[in-house]
Amino acid sequence: MKRNRIIEHPILDQLEERKTVTFQFDGKTLTGYERDTIASALLANGIRTLRRHEHSGAPRGIYCNIGHCFECRVTVNGTPNVRACITPIEENMIVESGKQLPSPLNPNNEHVPKTYREYMEMKDGEN
Amino acid sequence: MQKHDAVIIGAGPAGLNAAIALRKHDLNVLVIDEFPHLGGRLLGQLHEEPNGEWWNGIKEAEKLVNEAKALNTEMLTNVSVHHIQRKDGAFVVHTNRKNYEAKNVLIATGAAETANPIPGWTLPGVMTIGAAQVMTNVHRVRVGEKGIVIGVNVLAAAIARELLLAGIRLHSLALPINNAVTDEQSHPKMVMERLSRIAHLAPSPLLRFGGKFAKYKWAQNIAVSFYPKKGINMWDVPIHLRKAVKEINGTEQVESVTMVDITKDGEIIPGTEEEIPVDFVCIAGGLYPLAELAAVVGVPFKYVEPLGGHVPVHNEKMETPVEGVYVAGNITGIESAKVARAQGKVAGLSIAFRMKKDAAIQKEIEKAMDEVKTTRDNATIQFHPEIARGRDDIHAQFNKYLNG
Repeated sequence: MKRNRIIEHPILDQLEERKTVTFQFDGKTLTGYERDTIASALLANGIRTLRRHEHSGAPRGIYCNIGHCFECRVTVNGTPNVRACITPIEENMIVESGKQLPSPLNPNNEHVPKTYREYMEMKDGEN
Repeated sequence: MQKHDAVIIGAGPAGLNAAIALRKHDLNVLVIDEFPHLGGRLLGQLHEEPNGEWWNGIKEAEKLVNEAKALNTEMLTNVSVHHIQRKDGAFVVHTNRKNYEAKNVLIATGAAETANPIPGWTLPGVMTIGAAQVMTNVHRVRVGEKGIVIGVNVLAAAIARELLLAGIRLHSLALPINNAVTDEQSHPKMVMERLSRIAHLAPSPLLRFGGKFAKYKWAQNIAVSFYPKKGINMWDVPIHLRKAVKEINGTEQVESVTMVDITKDGEIIPGTEEEIPVDFVCIAGGLYPLAELAAVVGVPFKYVEPLGGHVPVHNEKMETPVEGVYVAGNITGIESAKVARAQGKVAGLSIAFRMKKDAAIQKEIEKAMDEVKTTRDNATIQFHPEIARGRDDIHAQFNKYLNG
């Protein structure tokens, strides 16, 4: 967690020792500092990918870091679409990355379901 | 429900200073911000003034927050406003927590960064230059080992310096490749022209360099035509006006960028592709007023290029044509935090006058308006050379609304 921290600074104060906070990201237990956001605590732990694009599955991380762009949305304690860049970490918080979603009705898929049963079978297959 | 005299949206320099002015007149104020900490984008600002002193935004924010706290100002963080409704001559401010009623609303939401899309820009490790600033100076987390800044402008130069101060390495600052969106930011001549006109103001060597060509267009043309291939160094980092980033490469995250040489008109010179290994990329597209909330409450807009885009119509007293709705700070046009802070005071006093109709407040407003002008004239960071003309433009538009 300290590896990526900027502790000494020529102008700003030295980074003060802060209380550590333990939280979970995709099942892994990590620590950050009090006053960290989810995004800053994850980056300090070397984690940049916060979600997969819902459709393409492409990896996504922070972009604006101040709540405007919604690129960093994650699930926090079961609540989806929470912005990691403006949400402070809390003790025992459970954070999950955004996942690629099934898209059985995409016409580019080789098999487009013809019936509801086929759709359900394909959906089950993707999960 | 309790009705506040004023709800202020945004706890940056404008919002906080407005709150202080209102509290000094003993009015009931609620300040709301969606960031976890008070101070807005003051947090993270760090630059050297011409007198050699450092402008440390974190300390400046602290001063404002402490003053507001000493005046018992109610301030909320982690609260996002998504709507403002007009109701019976007053307002309902809708947030993710609950709704707040207010007799007056000050929208001090600041600015957002213009997106400059370049192939590969969605990869983890690509972020706005402002994102890197907040990670570096506020959260004190490294965004990477060595990166590149795409975009050559005032904001890019200021934050590049901040990254270097924090020990983060930069390959260079270069232009974005020309496409439908990057437009004039990818055009060497236009970038040079913009830099040269604001050059006399800023302490940075880049801008001083531009300043040498300030007066004459032909001189700018020559400067661009003969711009050194290896760039011009600023704090040992090359600034390129004749190289552009064409693509950002990587599979799971940023691994490199593809750089090309460009003509003085921004065209790619074939066969000049070069792959530069970097582990982060900052896109610096400049700032535009973050003004959606003014739109939903019915404030008319005007496009004023020197102010940074579409701005809510307002006058020098920070009033909008919607009675009871005020604006201050970067939502009114992109300028330095000091100007925003001065505008905040005007807005706070204007609301106080509306509530109390006290002639003494009128005098305070006039003084505060003068302070805005003085601050603007003495600004060491200016984002657009025609800022004063832009201000006149939008104020004239307000009078049109009033009389038309």
